[in-house]
Amino acid sequence: MDFQLTDEQRALKTGVREMLARRFDATALRAAVDGGGLDRGLWRALGDAGFFALRLSEEAGGVGLGLPEAVLLFEEAGRALLPGPLIATQLAAGLVEGAAEGATVVTAPDGGLVEWLAEADVVRGDATGAEPIRSADPLTPLHRLPGGGAGGSPERALLTAAEQLGSAGRSTELAVQYAREREQFGQPIGAFQAVKHLCAQMLVRTEVARAAVHAAAVTGDPVEIAGAKLLADEAAVRCARDCLQVYGGMGFTWEAEVHLHLKRAWLRRERWPTPARGRELQAAALEEAM
Amino acid sequence: MDLSYTPEEEEFRAGLRKWLAGVLPTLPPKPDPLDWPGRRVYDTGWQRRLYDAGYARVHWGASATLRLIFLEETERAGAPYVGANFVGLLHAGPTIAAEGTEEQRARWLEPVLRGDEVWCQGFSEPDAGSDLAALRTRAVRDGDTYVVSGAKIWTSHAEVADWCELLVRTDPDAPKHRGITWLAMPMDAPGITVRPLRTLAGSDEFAQLFLDEVRIPVGHRVGAENDGWRVTMVTLSYERGTAFVGEVVACRRVLVEIARAAHKNGTWDDPVIRHQLGALNAEFTALWRLIQWNVSESERSGGPPGVGGSVFKLRYSHARQELYDAAAAVLGPDALDLGREWTADRLSSLSYTIAAGTSQIQQNIVAERILGLPKGR
Ligand SMILES: Cc1cc2nc3c(=O)[nH]c(=O)nc-3n(C[C@H](O)[C@H](O)[C@H](O)COP(=O)(O)OP(=O)(O)OC[C@H]3O[C@@H](n4cnc5c(N)ncnc54)[C@H](O)[C@@H]3O)c2cc1C
Repeated sequence: MDFQLTDEQRALKTGVREMLARRFDATALRAAVDGGGLDRGLWRALGDAGFFALRLSEEAGGVGLGLPEAVLLFEEAGRALLPGPLIATQLAAGLVEGAAEGATVVTAPDGGLVEWLAEADVVRGDATGAEPIRSADPLTPLHRLPGGGAGGSPERALLTAAEQLGSAGRSTELAVQYAREREQFGQPIGAFQAVKHLCAQMLVRTEVARAAVHAAAVTGDPVEIAGAKLLADEAAVRCARDCLQVYGGMGFTWEAEVHLHLKRAWLRRERWPTPARGRELQAAALEEAM
Repeated sequence: MDLSYTPEEEEFRAGLRKWLAGVLPTLPPKPDPLDWPGRRVYDTGWQRRLYDAGYARVHWGASATLRLIFLEETERAGAPYVGANFVGLLHAGPTIAAEGTEEQRARWLEPVLRGDEVWCQGFSEPDAGSDLAALRTRAVRDGDTYVVSGAKIWTSHAEVADWCELLVRTDPDAPKHRGITWLAMPMDAPGITVRPLRTLAGSDEFAQLFLDEVRIPVGHRVGAENDGWRVTMVTLSYERGTAFVGEVVACRRVLVEIARAAHKNGTWDDPVIRHQLGALNAEFTALWRLIQWNVSESERSGGPPGVGGSVFKLRYSHARQELYDAAAAVLGPDALDLGREWTADRLSSLSYTIAAGTSQIQQNIVAERILGLPKGR
């Protein structure tokens, strides 16, 4: 047993982080927030980098890696607030023409919502009757489906959890950075225990979620995946909330990155399984074990 | 990311399982939880069996993975917990193994492994709890002897212990972290008064120690004089590192039992209770994975468990309290019946956010040592 990342996995993570820093920097993020629509050039670049073909076998022209590697990739995507129906497109690689290469944008309904419906080339699943709504997340245009959402797939849930994990880590990092730099009463606010303890709990939540998400990626067990999403949802939302608190008034501005993490985390929480559903699934697993 | 075990590790697991299946039915009945002398006999008797079967050494010599398997399997099989051997096996033992001289290791380690000697921990004092380095128990050198006077408190298992790992102040003029020394004190030395202290759970599991010119040979010092703080940090990292592995396995078992009880009395139909239990299932699964993560990390670094132990302890102590709160929600009025196992366990779970470094102190550690936030004043 060696639950740590392998050297290759570390290299993959670093590689993706650097690629995203280059291709989706602060300026690109701002442009996307201000309603830039989906950047097809970026989508292509992700395709070229193997983002969508990661889990496709090498014979089929893919990279041939597994769920653990996909989880690392989506962690980085979540951390960078990368926009677009990334998960639906990766899951369509090899099934929908052009998805693997980043030539086709694929979306799919999830939890009563459809992301990027107007911009997508292909919709997998039933989006009949979907009505546009004014999305609370400036980075994700949304349609609302009549009625609630149907079920979902464990793979989608796991990759969503990975995005949440990346976002939780980023919110923690932002809060800690700010707490070190911002001074009040003649000292960095991070010297105040009230702030310090918020930050410590952010790290704890993130690390517990990380253990859950990574283990679920290794076992692929649906119950463990549902549990991982439950913890990752909580980590992403709570960490963004606490980050906002550490940022003070600055956290309430449009300009700071903080609200983008919170809004996206809220959105991902609505994907299957929602926390309420996840707790039911866990309860059902307990019944099994009885 | 690899969660599989090697063939040797699986072989170890299979052998242990087989041995446990044979030996557990032959154990004497469990003593009353409030009967400490009885518990000592029971706990050390179990340790002796482990020793004779070759499993005693798993706490120090073996790899962290074997230790993990050992703790997982013994708990799963319902084997006795370390109990009175806790300090010897998980605090003092590892400290002596890491910092003691050859002679000291030969003198003290074997008896702990064989279950012949029980240790207690005399660190905290009435005025030095979280601020442990403020401790004032004085040790004055008199030739080859330290003469020790002062008071200790919250000393678990003091009444049944043979030895005490004792922190004393040897240099009152040095900065507080630099004047501390680690001593092994024989509990039968003249000048020691043990006054039992009743816990809120009603047991006398800890005590106050009054030390009046207790004479301790200089040879009982582990590490250099005034270097006790560093030696202590080694001990504490073990305490927060792997000490709770078996308990997490136990919590997962208890959770299933609580779900069963909820089914039986109908509270399972209450979605609030069902969701609470479901959330705890995800929580304890994740905590188990976090343990595996921490163990892998310490296997890689080769040293004592890292600060990851603080992350774990913060979350686990809280989860354990929630577990028994959930049990109480299921029990309803029966949660007030001390005859119920979960009622007693709920009471003892209250100590988890206090003992071995309070949650506030753990948060300071995480914030300052992992996140690099400035030290508070
Ligand atoms: C069941 C049990 C068994 C124990 N066994 C042993 C044993 O065998 N040997 C031994 O030596 N000790 C033992 N202890 C003692 C234990 O280590 C101390 O109780 C613990 O370290 C806290 O110290 P204190 O009780 O003096 O609380 P205090 O330090 O007085 O703390 C009181 C409150 O103030 C908070 N606080 C204190 N300092 C800070 C700070 N810097 N920042 C923020 N908050 C702060 C604490 O978090 C706590 O909420 C045991 C305790 C228990 C409950």
